[in-house]
Parts: sequence; C-alpha cells; structure tokens
Amino acid sequence: MSALSDNLVTFAILAYLVAMIGHAVEYALGNARTRVATAAPVRELVGAGGGVVPTPPAPVKSSPTDDRPARRARLAGLIGVGATAVAALLHLAALVTRGLAADRMPWGNMYEFVLTVTFIGVAAWLVVLWKRPSLRKLGLFLTLVMVLLVATAELVLYVPIVPLVPALNSYWFIIHVSTIVFASGIFLLGVVPAVGFLMRSGYEQGKRSFPYILAKRLPGAVGLERLTFALHAFAFPIFTFAVIAGAIWAEAAWGRPWGWDPKETWAFISWVVYAGYLHARATPSVKRNVATWIAVLGFLTMLMNLFGVNIFFTGLHSYGGLD
Amino acid sequence: MTAVDDRPETVAPAPRRRPNRLLALLRNSWRQLTSMRTALILLFLLAIAAIPGSVLPQRGISPEKVNEYFVDHPDLAPRLDRIGAFEVFGSVWFSAIYLLLFTSLIGCITPRLRDHFRALRSRPPAAPKRMARLPQHTVLPAPPGGVAAIAEVLRKRRWRVEVRGDEVSAEKGYLKETGNLLFHTSLIAVLIGVALGSWYGWSGNRLLVAGADNAFCNTRQQYAEAKLGPRVDSADLPRFCLRLDDFQARFLPSGQPEFFNATVTVDGPDEPTRSADFSVNSPLRLGDASVYLLGHGYAPVIRYTDRFGNSQLSDEPFLTTGDMGLTSEGLAAFPDANVDPATGARAPDQQMAFTGIYLPTAPEQAPFVRSQYPTERNPVLNLVAYRGNLGLDAGIPGSVYQLDQRQVRTGKVKEVGTKLLRKGETWKLDDGSTVEFLGTERYVTLSVRHDPGATPLLISCAALLVGLMGSLFGRRRRVFFRVVPGDPGEGSPTSGSSLMEVGGLPRTDYPGFADEFTQLVAAVNGAERPEAEATERAGVREGAE
Ligand code: HEM
Repeated sequence: MSALSDNLVTFAILAYLVAMIGHAVEYALGNARTRVATAAPVRELVGAGGGVVPTPPAPVKSSPTDDRPARRARLAGLIGVGATAVAALLHLAALVTRGLAADRMPWGNMYEFVLTVTFIGVAAWLVVLWKRPSLRKLGLFLTLVMVLLVATAELVLYVPIVPLVPALNSYWFIIHVSTIVFASGIFLLGVVPAVGFLMRSGYEQGKRSFPYILAKRLPGAVGLERLTFALHAFAFPIFTFAVIAGAIWAEAAWGRPWGWDPKETWAFISWVVYAGYLHARATPSVKRNVATWIAVLGFLTMLMNLFGVNIFFTGLHSYGGLD
Repeated sequence: MTAVDDRPETVAPAPRRRPNRLLALLRNSWRQLTSMRTALILLFLLAIAAIPGSVLPQRGISPEKVNEYFVDHPDLAPRLDRIGAFEVFGSVWFSAIYLLLFTSLIGCITPRLRDHFRALRSRPPAAPKRMARLPQHTVLPAPPGGVAAIAEVLRKRRWRVEVRGDEVSAEKGYLKETGNLLFHTSLIAVLIGVALGSWYGWSGNRLLVAGADNAFCNTRQQYAEAKLGPRVDSADLPRFCLRLDDFQARFLPSGQPEFFNATVTVDGPDEPTRSADFSVNSPLRLGDASVYLLGHGYAPVIRYTDRFGNSQLSDEPFLTTGDMGLTSEGLAAFPDANVDPATGARAPDQQMAFTGIYLPTAPEQAPFVRSQYPTERNPVLNLVAYRGNLGLDAGIPGSVYQLDQRQVRTGKVKEVGTKLLRKGETWKLDDGSTVEFLGTERYVTLSVRHDPGATPLLISCAALLVGLMGSLFGRRRRVFFRVVPGDPGEGSPTSGSSLMEVGGLPRTDYPGFADEFTQLVAAVNGAERPEAEATERAGVREGAE
C-alpha cells in the first residue's frame, strides 16, 4: 500500500506536468495569434475593467484559418484542465493509500503535510474553475506550483511511514492539523491569483518587461484581485481557528497554550501578516498592489514556517521527520 | 467602500490661542495613532519583532541553549542580551509595540462602538434625491400594494425597514460591523486573559522518581524551577502530594515512542487520596492545578558500601541526552561516605561520587556510549569513580546531576577508576569499598501548573472567531424604493399605474451586490407581475394581516 502511494505520487506529478504543458501550449498559441492581430493590447486594456468577465478573445474579424489556432489553444487549455483533474484524483488516491498504509491521517510529517496541502490547493482550484471557467488561464501558474511542490515533497521530503509520536496522537491533533492543512491549501491557491494580479496589473498599466509580459493572457486584474481576496478571507478564519486549536492542544500536551516555540512564533507572524493584508485591503489609502504584496509576504511566512522552521530550528513541534 | 475609512488627518484647526497648540498636537497624535495606517504599521512591526524570537534561543523555552549561545558567541551574546534578544517576548520593545497597537485598537474601536450602537438604534436614512446616482438603479412598475407591499417583502428578507411617505429605506448587514467590533474587542480580551495568567498563575517543574520515598508535595521548595506570578504567594499553592507508582511506555521497533502512561497516588489536605493515571495529551487535572507529563527516563539505583562497611543508596535520575535510545547521564554522590563509625568524624576528602552513563540497551560491543533502544534490553552502567571533597559543603550550589568540575580541576577530587557494570554486578574499589548496580527506577518529568487565564482566553478566542466570521462575511448594504405616479402620457403597458424607482448601495466591498439587488427587485416586483394570480396572492397576503 505504501509503495502504491509512492507510485501514485509519481503519476500525479506526471499528470501535473501534462496539465502544465497543456496550459503552456494554450498560452503559446494565444501569443502566436496575437502577434498577427496587433490591435490586441488596446482591447485588453479596455477589457480589464470587466472584473471576472473573461477578457473578450481578441477580435475575430478574420478568416477561419485565423480561427484555428484559437480553437487549438482552447483545446490545449481544456486538456490542461482535464489533466489537472486527473492529477488531483491520483493525488487524492496517493493520500488515501498513504493514510491506509499508516493507519492514520496522512499528516504526520512534512512529506505528508506538503502532499495534503497541495491537494487541498488543487481541489479548491477545481472548485474555483468550475464556478469561474473564465479563470482557466491561471492554470498554468497553478500547475507550475503543483509540479514544484509535489516534486519537492517526493524528492526532498520523502520519509517512510511511521506512526505518530505520542504527543501527536490526540484528538486535537486531528482538528489542529486538518484545519492548518486546509487553510494552508487555500492560502497556497490564493498566492496564485495574487502573483497573477501583480503581474497583470503591471501589464494593464502598460508595462511590457519580463514578468509583466507573462500576464498578457491572464484574466483581468480586477477579477484576479477579487479572487485573491475571497480566497484569503475564506482561509483566514480557518487559519485562526487552527491556531486556537493548536493552543488548546499545546495546553493539554505541554501545559501551556502558547510558548513561543519557533513554530508558534511563525504561525503568529503569518497570522499578523495576513491580518495586515485584510487591513490593508480595507484601507482606501493603501493601494491594492501593496495589499496584495502583503498577501504574498504572508505566504512566504507560511513557507518559512513549513520548511525553514522544520529544518533549521529545533522546537517541540517534532514532526518534521527529517534527521 | 469601507464602513470606517481613514480618518482625515488634515483637519487640525488653526490654533487660535497658544495653549491650544499642545492640545492640538495631542489630538493630532491621537488621531494618527488610531488611524488604520498606524495600525497597519504596528502590525508589521509586531511581526518583524517576533522574528528574532524564533531565530535566537529564548530563556523562557530553552535556557541551556541560551547558555550554549553565550559560550559559542562570547562577544555577541552579551550585547544581544542587553537588548533583550534572549527574552524577545518580554522585552521592552516588543511590549512597546503591542501596547501601542492595543492603545491604537482601543482608540479605534471606542468611537466605532459608540457609533455602531447609535446606528443599531437609528433608522435607515432617507432615500437620496437622485437615486440614479447610486451604484444600482432601476425603475419598474410598483406593486399594487404600494409602499406597504414593498416594506413587507423587505421585512421578510430580514432587512431593517423604514417607511417615510412614499419612500422605503432599508438596510441590512449590521452583522459586519458588529462582528468586526466583537473581533477587535475579543483581541483585547485575549490580551487580558494572557495577563491574568501571568499575574495569577504559577508553575513548577521537577523530576519524580518512582517509589514511596520519592513522593513530593506541591510546595515551592520541592520544585527544581518554579515560577509564581507577581500576585501569587507560596502559601497560595494548593496542598497535595504526588507519588509515582508506575510508568509504562511502549516503543516501536524503531525506538520511536508510541504510548506513555504514568500512574500516581495523589493525596493531601486539598485533594482526596486516590490513584490516577495521566499521559502526554491528557494531563492530570487537580482542583487548582494540572499536572503534565513532559518526559521520562531512568534512575539507576546504586549502593555504595564504604570501607567501614556502611551502605548508602542513591537513586538520582539520570538525564536523557536526547537520543532515541535514552542514553542517560548522571551523578551518584555519597558525601557521607567514609565517616568513621567509631568516632563519627567526617572525612571531607574521602567523599565518593560516581558519574555515569546509563545505556538501557547497550550495543554488543564497545564503545558503550550510545544506547540502541529505549527499553532495558541490555542495561549497562558505565561508572567513573571519584574520591575527594565534592564541594557540597562549601555552600556552592551545585547541580545534583553533575560533578562540580572546579573540584576536579583543583585536584580536590580525584578520579579513582572506571568500570562497566551490568545489573546486579559489584565493583570493588582500591580501598576495599564496593559499588553495586542494583537496577533502575523509572522517573518522569512533570510540569505542575495553574493558569487562571485559560478559561477567559478560551472564551475570548471563541468570541474572536465568531466576530471574525461576521466581519469577513457580513455585507452592509442599503436599498431605497420610491413610489411615484406613472406617467399617464406614455403608451407603455405600465402607463397609468404607479412606478417605483429603486436604488441600491453596497456599503462594503461586495461584488455580488448587483445580483442580490436584481433578485430583490424581482421579488418586490414579483408580487405584482401583470398576471392576475400574482396580484391576487399579494392581495391575500395583505388581507391576512
Ligand atoms: C491588534 C491588532 C489588530 C488585529 C490583529 C486586527 C485584525 C483585523 C482583521 C483580521 C480584520 C479583518 C476583518 C475584516 O476585514 O472585516 C480587521 C478589520 C478591521 N480592523 Fe483591525 N486589527 C487590529 C487592530 C486594529 C486597529 C488598531 C484598528 C483601528 C485603527 C483596526 C480597525 C479595523 C477596521 C476598521 C477593520 C474593518 C475593515 C473592513 O471594513 O473590512 N484594527 N482587523
């Protein structure tokens, strides 16, 4: 069962790669087309205000031969979405088999943690996509993130299955970790439109240099920003709850709800930064760009907590599993 | 788009008289302090200030690591220490940031509480003259019930409704501000809970070796480290005693622990005598104290018989060195060794001490320095004997776990041999005295605590969460309806009947408002769609009331 899970992870990575290639082809074909239709940038600037409404496909005032690349691009994008869904299923199967093999929830160490967080991220992405099909082109960034993280998990963080140490074997462990994992997954997904927005809004302001040009095919900035906020506003209370649940568990296990262990300290930092994001977004005098950077910073602090603290610092949170 | 925007910072009135300048300055600073921008900056400072607390070792968590840091960085450490870098979360600057933040918070929410309280009791405002300027606007035939029917539909949908003549104003989503204020107030409550805990709480840590002779009672003196809040007196500690009867641990083949359980006997004036079990995630809850199991280890039982034939026992706990196999180090000291029974004269230079490494599961072959497994499969005690003045009488507080190295350096204590002992083995020293390794006792590391802030903390955290959800998912919005007589001159189907002009205004960022507005208007309008039955239904409903 354990070996099956490992294989499934490998297949999931391959499926994410296929999905990424699908999305990339869509991107590339779209670009090739706009190189012919030079009027595109102006149109897109106009379309930018349209929120989540897809930027209208560049003018098709031309012959069917011109239309074919567009259809092909769309097909590639749909293949990307399909492959993402297949990858997500493989990913889920990998988690389930891992959990069955270990006879517990698959969140016992960093490897399993990253695997679960990325799954939540991709599952939430599919939900978002289902509700807002027009966001499809964001899939390129998302699959890139998935490939990177899941492959890192498999290549760097992999550990064989072991049961939990007694301190982790608790009711509150399940509540605390499941909510942390869930919130982290949504934050992970949230950083994709956040970065997309930062690039796209630069693009819409006429910037054509390196990172901004990549945003040419992305949905409009306003919609990306809204999605960023919606995901963060959804994840933040869950994260808050998870931190509180962690404090309750820490009280039972170590006799104090909060002890400024490195892991707790970084959870505090992330919480404060995300609270800062919500504040910044609610403050009219703070530009949306600045607010979104804060959200990205929040995610970096989450990464720091996940990788940095488990690897560099020693604390009571002994679940890293790397020695 | 926000309920509360940045307060304008430009309104400082030109000072008319001199004394007002100071007042104006104060008022302005207060305004600055309580602005969202300041809150944002302070939040950031707080996050940044917490970072050194995770990078540098902290006294409150791992004092040994702080000492190590001093040894490793003899130049840097004292300088860092001076700015409180080893006690970040109690340092002046960290406290200053959060106190400023909370001052800002109080300054920010007090007026908002007042305003919100007023808003809750006040009526939705009158409709604006030119509704067409509102973000949502439409004109439709009015329902036959007129203003009353409109108000009825709105009330059903839980809007707060105010009818003024032929106008209806309605507002919804007070929950957002209520939640926001509850959230921010709970933050203050959380801080108070923490403060309560540190003022009125206490805690003590100690090792407890199994056996009736090793029972301990809950007094300050019996703890290796005890922390009492400034408002707690030693006499306030509840009186009870604990005796460790049994300790069970199960380990996986890899040596990873799987299960712990400690069985103790509790008794004392404040607690009924009883036996109780507790474990890592389920502390022992006594009246005003909780007992937590933090760790465990072995205490080798060593009998030393001096050259006069007097025997003494030592069962001091050996501290685990942190490896999976529970390799432990410790000290068995016999300061009363070699007292001449005939004269009773003490021989300070004939005191005995043994430092040792205990391996619950020694490897097959030397070196015997690292245990292979945490249970006692092949227990071995590696002893080094010392004779001389242990320095315990000099009044220098020494560790019970370590030999005073100063005495060794100055030659007052001399090493007299080393030996590997298995259970039951005896070692005969050069002066005819003997050491026997009798076996081991289990010991546990306990933390005994009382935190009166815990319950308030839990309650405020719950309130915080509820408030947060209300704040994030609540949406404040207003709609206005104005019923106006239809234009008789027009040839449209609605001519003759009255029209209603509807406007909507989301007061917070709310992308879905347009949809809600459309639905709401349709619902109001649906009561009067030209179809007779719809009209009738509306009529029946009205008649019923
Ligand atoms: C102790 C530090 C603080 C924390 C952790 C904190 C946290 C938060 C969070 C998470 C939100 C998001 C909820 C929402 O968007 O409705 C929020 C909203 C808000 N906070 Fe704070 N806050 C703090 C201090 C302050 C201070 C000092 C002020 C006043 C200057 C303030 C004013 C506001 C306002 C007006 C909102 C509502 C924004 C909106 O309309 O959505 N907060 N706060």
